[in-house]
Amino acid sequence: MGRRNLIGLSALALFLLLFPLIGKVPGFSHYVAIMTVVGLTAMITMGLSLLMGYAGQISLGHAAFYGLGAYASGILTAKYGMNPWPALLTGVVLSAVLAVVIGSPSLKLRGHYLAMATLAFGEIVYIIFNSWGSLTSGPDGFGDIPRLSVFGFAFDTALRNYYLVWGVALLMLVFLLNLIHSRVGRALRSIHGSEAAAMAMGVNTAWYKIQVFIISAVMASIAGSLYAHYVRFINPPVFSLTFSIKLLMMVVIGGMTNVWGAILGAALITFLPEWLIFLQDFDILAYGLILLLIAMFLPKGLLSLPAVAREQVRRRSPGGAR
Amino acid sequence: MEKFTLFNQVVQYILTGITVGSIYAIVAVGFNIIYNATEIINFAQGEFVMLGGLVMVSLVHGAHVPMPLAFVIAVAAVTVVGLLMERLAIFPLKDVSVIRLVIITLAVSILIKGLAMFVWGKDSFGLPAFSGNQPLFFLGAAVMPQTLWIIGVTVAVVVLLTLFFERTMLGKAMIACADNRDAASLVGIDVQRMVMLSFMLSAALGAVAGIIITPVSLMEYDRGALLALKGFGAAVLGGLGNFYGAIAAGIILGIIESLSAGLISSAYKDAIALGVLLVVLFVRPGGLLGSAEVIKLKKF
Repeated sequence: MGRRNLIGLSALALFLLLFPLIGKVPGFSHYVAIMTVVGLTAMITMGLSLLMGYAGQISLGHAAFYGLGAYASGILTAKYGMNPWPALLTGVVLSAVLAVVIGSPSLKLRGHYLAMATLAFGEIVYIIFNSWGSLTSGPDGFGDIPRLSVFGFAFDTALRNYYLVWGVALLMLVFLLNLIHSRVGRALRSIHGSEAAAMAMGVNTAWYKIQVFIISAVMASIAGSLYAHYVRFINPPVFSLTFSIKLLMMVVIGGMTNVWGAILGAALITFLPEWLIFLQDFDILAYGLILLLIAMFLPKGLLSLPAVAREQVRRRSPGGAR
Repeated sequence: MEKFTLFNQVVQYILTGITVGSIYAIVAVGFNIIYNATEIINFAQGEFVMLGGLVMVSLVHGAHVPMPLAFVIAVAAVTVVGLLMERLAIFPLKDVSVIRLVIITLAVSILIKGLAMFVWGKDSFGLPAFSGNQPLFFLGAAVMPQTLWIIGVTVAVVVLLTLFFERTMLGKAMIACADNRDAASLVGIDVQRMVMLSFMLSAALGAVAGIIITPVSLMEYDRGALLALKGFGAAVLGGLGNFYGAIAAGIILGIIESLSAGLISSAYKDAIALGVLLVVLFVRPGGLLGSAEVIKLKKF
């Protein structure tokens, strides 16, 4: 996994462990809840960054996989009384199967096909959430989704959910960091470098891309299930195209090809409405501007800022140019 | 009042479908023009449509400019937006990946949407129909004059663009650019200028679509995304980059949508249209009129 990643992982874990202390400060009590949402979002963006950064593909439908997880868990537990864990697994299997159905035809072709296919898929799923009233309760959504529990230990407080969500998110991070440094990761990097060369070396490029797509879909689905059991109420707007686009923004802002950046992006964009509350509805202008500036001037995302700044200073300083 | 038979209804749905589909077709052509010049999918395409409609609303209702003049000014204004977008956000970047450029167009679309909300607020605005609201009857179906305007303008767009691309030096240069940028630049075509022109032309087309649809379906600041989605769908369905394919696919998409709204379920009309799109995409990846061989050469 590498020493730098190990240090990063320990630092992040320590930060997350201590973060709830901020909730004790008056006026910041809701920060733990927001940070829980960051954790759920980060689960999706990490997978997405693997897809975008390594497989070079855009997905505009990950909100739908998030929604499939949430609705599978919500419906099976609240309406059919199923135990939450097999319900979560059902969502995972459903998402994986749909990822194969959507991904395998479009990833065998080069180009924009995954973007288009996931866009259409996301909209179709969203319409079903809204319109299949007898199953999904339509636009109103439904509540009374039970809490998760393990061996009698119920995740029934905000703090317990916070630790649960971030525990799972960190496990996923470890998994991805290992994946990147495995045979699969090397294959993906070779695809990113030159797809033709990778194919010539016998790498089955389409299969690797599909695998990454499935992994990212499954991670989004798990996040959705945890969301359903945490918030205990689900309705369609959370899972719309707007959220898919926001996820994309998070990955770009943090820096594609960097799983750490995906977490940073998720945190920034999730906290931004909190900090831009004075802008009211016009925060959309700030989003657009931030995304534009980062895409134009910081192609490797915010995490590359220190390196870019150093480079600028080195160039400007006399004698440093050569 | 005549009794409505199923046949009359179907004719009515098809007419509605052609109307909506014409708009998708124009938006799809806009996508193609930029795609051909740059291989970028311009996510701000729908924003051009929205701006066209809303600028026209301000000119007609706010400044009381006569409709024909307002039409010209609105199209010109949105063309300038397209020009600014290319000069400020696309042109300054050298050697960037297509995926990054696509993200930039996404950011621009969010910005334009935000600015439009700032200027026009969240209300929907309408426009008077170009020539009254007295319906005509065709095979037992009621046709609004605006429908004829929409179809007429679409036909005019197709004819004018065909003439432009086949008969003018500039149009031919743009085609050459789409075909092979390096070769085009070798024979002295200014590729950068063609990219700029493609953005202006796309913006102008989007504005035209927005202006003619507003009297029928109103317009508000966040309409762009849905129009772009359908237009993009039509462009892919017709074979990305294929001009006539886009027109045909746009109209087919409109008709499928309208028929499924009328005969199956209005809640699922978009889902059915997109489902058909997905199936076509998987069965004929090159699109209805595109070829699968060409697709293998595309970068994005």
